[in-house]
Amino acid sequence: MELRNITLRFGGVVAIKDISFDIRDGEIRAIIGPNGAGKSSMLNVISGFYIPTEGEVYFKKIKRGPMKPYEVARLGIARTFQNIALFDGMSVLDNIMTGRLTMMKSGLLSQAFWYGAAAREEFAHREKVERIIDFLEIQNIRKTPVGRLPYGLKKRVELARALAAEPKLLLLDEPMAGMNVEEKEDMSRFILDLNDEFSTTICLIEHDMGVVMDLSDRVVVMDYGRKIGDGTPDEVRNNQDVIDAYLGVAHD
Amino acid sequence: MLYREAGDFKTTYGEDSQTFPIRFDRMGYYVTLLVAFGVVPLVINDYWASAVFLPFLIYAIAAIGLNILVGYAGQVSLGTGGFMAVGAYAVYKLMTSFPDVPILIHVLLAGFVTAAVGVLFGLPSLRIKGFYLAVATLAAQFFLVWLFNKAPWFYNYSASGQITVPQSKMLGFYITGPQTSATAKYLFCLIILVGVAVVARNLTRGTVGRKWMAIRDMDIAAEIIGVNPLNAKLTAFAVSSFFIGIAGALFFAVYLGAAEVTEAFNIQKSFLILFMVIIGGLGSIFGSFAGAAFLVLLPVFLKNVLVGQLGWPTDLAAHLELMIVGALIVAFLIAEPHGIAQLWRLAKEKLRLWPFPH
Amino acid sequence: MPDQVLYAIEVTLNGLMTGVMYSLVALGFVLIFKASGVFNYAQGVLALFAALTLVGLQNGQVPFAHVINATFGTNLSTFGWHLPALLAILLTAGIMVILAIIIERLVLKHLVSQAPIILFMATIGLAYFLEGLGDVMWGADIKKLDVGLPQGISDTIERVTDGWFGYGFFIDNLDIVATVVAVLLVAALTIFSQYSKQGRALRAVADDHQAALSVGISLRFIWVLVWSIAGFVALVAGIMWGTKSGVQFSLSLIALKALPVLMLGGFTSIPGAIIGGLIIGVGEKLFEFIMSSPDLAGAWFGFTIGATENWFAYVLALLFLVFRPQGLFGEKIIERV
Repeated sequence: MELRNITLRFGGVVAIKDISFDIRDGEIRAIIGPNGAGKSSMLNVISGFYIPTEGEVYFKKIKRGPMKPYEVARLGIARTFQNIALFDGMSVLDNIMTGRLTMMKSGLLSQAFWYGAAAREEFAHREKVERIIDFLEIQNIRKTPVGRLPYGLKKRVELARALAAEPKLLLLDEPMAGMNVEEKEDMSRFILDLNDEFSTTICLIEHDMGVVMDLSDRVVVMDYGRKIGDGTPDEVRNNQDVIDAYLGVAHD
Repeated sequence: MLYREAGDFKTTYGEDSQTFPIRFDRMGYYVTLLVAFGVVPLVINDYWASAVFLPFLIYAIAAIGLNILVGYAGQVSLGTGGFMAVGAYAVYKLMTSFPDVPILIHVLLAGFVTAAVGVLFGLPSLRIKGFYLAVATLAAQFFLVWLFNKAPWFYNYSASGQITVPQSKMLGFYITGPQTSATAKYLFCLIILVGVAVVARNLTRGTVGRKWMAIRDMDIAAEIIGVNPLNAKLTAFAVSSFFIGIAGALFFAVYLGAAEVTEAFNIQKSFLILFMVIIGGLGSIFGSFAGAAFLVLLPVFLKNVLVGQLGWPTDLAAHLELMIVGALIVAFLIAEPHGIAQLWRLAKEKLRLWPFPH
Repeated sequence: MPDQVLYAIEVTLNGLMTGVMYSLVALGFVLIFKASGVFNYAQGVLALFAALTLVGLQNGQVPFAHVINATFGTNLSTFGWHLPALLAILLTAGIMVILAIIIERLVLKHLVSQAPIILFMATIGLAYFLEGLGDVMWGADIKKLDVGLPQGISDTIERVTDGWFGYGFFIDNLDIVATVVAVLLVAALTIFSQYSKQGRALRAVADDHQAALSVGISLRFIWVLVWSIAGFVALVAGIMWGTKSGVQFSLSLIALKALPVLMLGGFTSIPGAIIGGLIIGVGEKLFEFIMSSPDLAGAWFGFTIGATENWFAYVLALLFLVFRPQGLFGEKIIERV
């Protein structure tokens, strides 16, 4: 994944200004920055929800034209949202099954009568989803309507839904916001396991510096829509611009 | 002790995702089918057929159709009356043009015609949402009714402007026309209703249903995880209109026999079906049945009590019915937006644990 | 000037007047929608209910006479008095306020945090209830409403235009009055919302519910206030429509036309409601004029169609929305996740 000279404007407001960076296969890439720096907008550009005003997006070395979000999803990019975007009226299982929609092909007619191809396909995908349910340890809430779940579990279900798509690139928008230390540890472990076991490429936004520096291979730092730093956690930590703008200096 | 899942182990995903996972429910379902097919046809007479059973069966089909659109896909439509009219006029034109084709085929074809019209009027749903769309569907309602009323081709240039169903037979029995028996009408509608309900259930529990519900619950997220909104919304409009068209065809051909579009398919019909869906339960096939039964039985009940017992004039009873229905809609939306179906579900959940709720 | 053009001008003027009537109903929708985000489908029925109540009070009808008679075998009909129009209007306005309080207590309060579409459907239920209530209270027969407004074709205008063009325009006096009343009403509402304390609170709530709550504005009071104003607007609309075509059920259907008006004008804009109403009023009258005229549509297309007023407004609004979903005056919405 590579982004070249991305600029995003809404009317007169410039959300992102001329940013370029890349995400290598198999790495964990973090985007950090103060509130309003344009991080979420950046993620929205990658996932196709916003179409950049200027600049080019390359995915798998191929230039990506303006695409609808659902077409981007079919390329193998899945994501979670800052303010959980689950389907509240559906059960956990159904929510996660929606993650596999891009891979399910049976037609309307065969589904109408359920027998044959449609049922076989359904059960094959159900098996994949059950593995993800096991991996994220949410077996016991499988049939619960999502609306009834507490915050932490919702975040996990959302991750499960993104994983169900077997993404080549997984985007996580503040996966640990609002969690307690224990839940953060669980979530960090899941992210690392994912990266190790399935070698999923991950791009995440996070405010918890400890988590970011521990998890990620490389970090992009944004401020006021510009890129002010890019590199390994150590490089970023010692970058003077980044310290001034974001990390701050300890007052002692 | 009967109502338990314990001991009823599911060993395949198929068993786990079946419609009635609890054995007692399955038994209940089979018993209902048995009574509906085996007992009712033997005892039914013209009064019961035309006052209760036929309207119930036909409205249930329409309610399932509308529930797919409103309850599952989240697209509110006030054009149901207009779409039923499309089904009615389609079946009329087909029956008068091809009298030798069995009526079942015509009814299904009328469904397909309505589906096409539904997709056409569903196109704006891609750009507009919520009550904007609801108001936009009024365009379908008023335009379609006007069209069938004003264009003589649709009613075969009959002097009265009415459409009257020709006689037709299937398997040696009259299905439409004055000579049809109550039993034949009932069974014909019942078979179609069962077919519709099974198809609706299959669609809503599978991939298509999930796409619809995803769009309903959060359309932006749905698009980002890979649901094509165009495809999802238009299939919802198509399937919904297909069922509503079938309901309209049956309503005219089997139930009314003769119809005038501004009478039979006006905007009040749209609201009636919408109310069935709300009271019965948004997003529930069972709820469509419950809502249809409730709103078919309520007027019969009120009429018997108020007019029959208390001697009120009919129009007063009708106005009181308006008040009651209106109040019920508000009450259900406040207390239980998922309608009778949810009340039923809660009752079952209690029953499953009874008598030891902890 | 050729006759066709003169006819067309007359039709346009009549369309403008009808449009004013639509705008009157639409105004009630906009007020409620701005302050509470509720799309009040019952606004039309509110106008019907107000008109029924006004006629009933004016003629001294006994409310619920039908029910009482049917239950107890009595034969009540009227109290035998006849109220002056102004008093009856004031009393009706009072009843609309009480109705607003009841609606807030029984319905809105319980639906505060619900999705807009649920609220919308609740107002459909409310519309049914009010329609039934109006009929049960006052009877469903068609009633004549006369509060002393001038009616009939304006002689002056006919004479003057006849002098100018050799063709007298037919303009209804009532339509002229309605236009004047609508202008006054809009002016009064504007002054109220710009300069009074309640008006400021109203605008604050319209802008941001949470923020308004946090500075101590009572949401419930605002809702009662805005529904009362909407009830009053409904009363004015009910008087105009009722005088024009009698008080009957179809009044609430005419009021449905306010919906496409709003879709054109945008749900939050008072000028939008007025301009939308005018566009639809003129549009449907002209369209009908052209399509039903053997000299125009008949000559151009080889056929004529009639009664297009039934659907023209809706189809126009539908087409319009497809190309500009936010309406004429609404703002473009940027979606976020």
